[in-house]
Amino acid sequence: MKRFKGFLIKEFHHIFRDKRSLLILFGIPIVQILLFGYAITNELKDGKIAILDQSKDEITQEISNKILSSGYFMLYEDLESQNDIESAFQRGIIKEVIIFEPEFSEKLFRDGKASVQLLADASDPNLANMIIGYTSSIIQNYQQGLIKSGSVQPVITTEVKMIYNPELKGVYMFVPGLMSVILLLVSALMTSISITREKEMGTMEVLLVSPLKPVQIVVGKVIPYFLLAFVDTCMILLLARFVFDVPLTGSLLLLILESILYIITALSLGILFSTISNNQQTAMMLSLSGLMLPTILLSGFIFPIDNMPYILQLFSNFIPAKWFVIIVKGIMLKGNNFFYIWKETLILVGMTIFFLLLTIKKFKIRLQ
Amino acid sequence: MSTDSIIIKAEDLTKRFGKFTAVDSISFEVKKGEIFGFLGANGAGKTTAIKMLCGLWKPTTGKANVAGFDVYKQTEQIKKTVGYMSQKFSLYDDLTVKENVSFYGGVYGLSNNSIKEKSEYLIKKLEIEKEKDELIKSLPLGWKQKLAFSVAVLHDPLLVFLDEPTGGVDPITRRQFWNMIYESASNGVTIFVTTHYMDEAEYCDRVSMMVDGKIAALDTPRNLKNRFNVKSMHDVFVKLARPDYVPNPIPSNQITTL
Repeated sequence: MKRFKGFLIKEFHHIFRDKRSLLILFGIPIVQILLFGYAITNELKDGKIAILDQSKDEITQEISNKILSSGYFMLYEDLESQNDIESAFQRGIIKEVIIFEPEFSEKLFRDGKASVQLLADASDPNLANMIIGYTSSIIQNYQQGLIKSGSVQPVITTEVKMIYNPELKGVYMFVPGLMSVILLLVSALMTSISITREKEMGTMEVLLVSPLKPVQIVVGKVIPYFLLAFVDTCMILLLARFVFDVPLTGSLLLLILESILYIITALSLGILFSTISNNQQTAMMLSLSGLMLPTILLSGFIFPIDNMPYILQLFSNFIPAKWFVIIVKGIMLKGNNFFYIWKETLILVGMTIFFLLLTIKKFKIRLQ
Repeated sequence: MSTDSIIIKAEDLTKRFGKFTAVDSISFEVKKGEIFGFLGANGAGKTTAIKMLCGLWKPTTGKANVAGFDVYKQTEQIKKTVGYMSQKFSLYDDLTVKENVSFYGGVYGLSNNSIKEKSEYLIKKLEIEKEKDELIKSLPLGWKQKLAFSVAVLHDPLLVFLDEPTGGVDPITRRQFWNMIYESASNGVTIFVTTHYMDEAEYCDRVSMMVDGKIAALDTPRNLKNRFNVKSMHDVFVKLARPDYVPNPIPSNQITTL
């Protein structure tokens, strides 16, 4: 036990004397969460639009007012004719043009049908989609008002309510995603680098010849990163709660336990990588391109898995982060208890056991 | 030769990796307190043999006994009894002199008092009083190497394996390094050393020459030179490793002497 304590002290010396390690451990999590929280946002605010109102009657005026007073849009210019549309988009300032057809209210009351054309600048497809969505729902809303007052014939209308994240705040989504990425970075990348560094420096050989058992060496290398990853978890959760007001509807204890499980999964991946690779560079390449990239792309954190091609959907099942994101979202936003997430938990446990068994097998081959 | 003065006994020790035989049925004995030179070209199987004797790798076949312990079953005891210094420099760059000493002392289970005592003694002996709290990376290579050796014998092993300890060091530092080896040997520590430098082979009590996984010769340097009728260990090595080699026109003693 005393041997082991000395080993841990040495590991902490390595970490706290290396500025790069400290940056990855504490700088990156904070910067990422602030960046994702503030800069990258899916919410629409003061989007600049132009309106071409060929009717200029009471109804079109009311619809325009409703759109502009929503807070999502700002009128940049009023267009006079169809010919102005192209040049308005070309200048790149406005993102949408709303066109009311001539004799809008007459058609609406006479035929029960009038059309509004929405043109969006789809050079940024996500933004265009969002703008169209927001605009249509405002117009829908107005139409429902008309139906209720009996001035037009009812058609089928939809009533939309977003549950779990009623304001569609992006940061709700990013917190679980970032947790999965950052914990992976700290646990898998840092451990595999730290173990391969000993191999590269030749100190691993000396350790293996010493009375320390291989298991003690590996556990000693892993524990510091386990603790630091846990500190990172707490840091992210505190930032999420107190800076971005992300709710925690489920149990904090369950969330922490699940995070610990995920950290262990990531650590076992890191150990596996370090047994496969002989130097720090290989370990880094494996962790970054083999792990970080698929995690960011396929965990459902940025791109919804349901919209992916079938093959990629299948492949995403092998990404531990996918399951962790489901778990964290479930606990934080939906207030899931363990009963709802036991399957995902079991998958993570299974993955961890698999990685560890594979590591032991590889390690034994090397010693023979 | 009584058996209790034997510290390493290898019989037909063999290690195969797939079809490749790295160490091919070697047998030898090392006596307590001697400096045993384990020579051979790169890839001759020296490091593989050392790894088996340290208890790191299991032999494929054959028997070996180190300090009375079996290399198959008693690797734990072997690890406690031997010291090891590898060809790569084995201290931690980002730890101080004192931290390195207490880390390795701790790994070998020394008590805090004994670590403290030993590191004070060691710092005094190596004359690094001023540098004891400096990071290892700020020290010159020669110092690091001497420190690495001191750390390898910190736990008073009966036997220490040195795998090319003097690689990349200047001749004067090598000389100083060998003085440390002599000192340890005179205190009864058995030294098992591999090297490329044939002049260093002259410092050993007995020398074994490995060629292609086999021991081609084993004797004192003097006997070996007599047997091959040459002036230096360099020539012995060349004759053994490359029987067809045409000797260099320049007298080889001028190349190899310090």
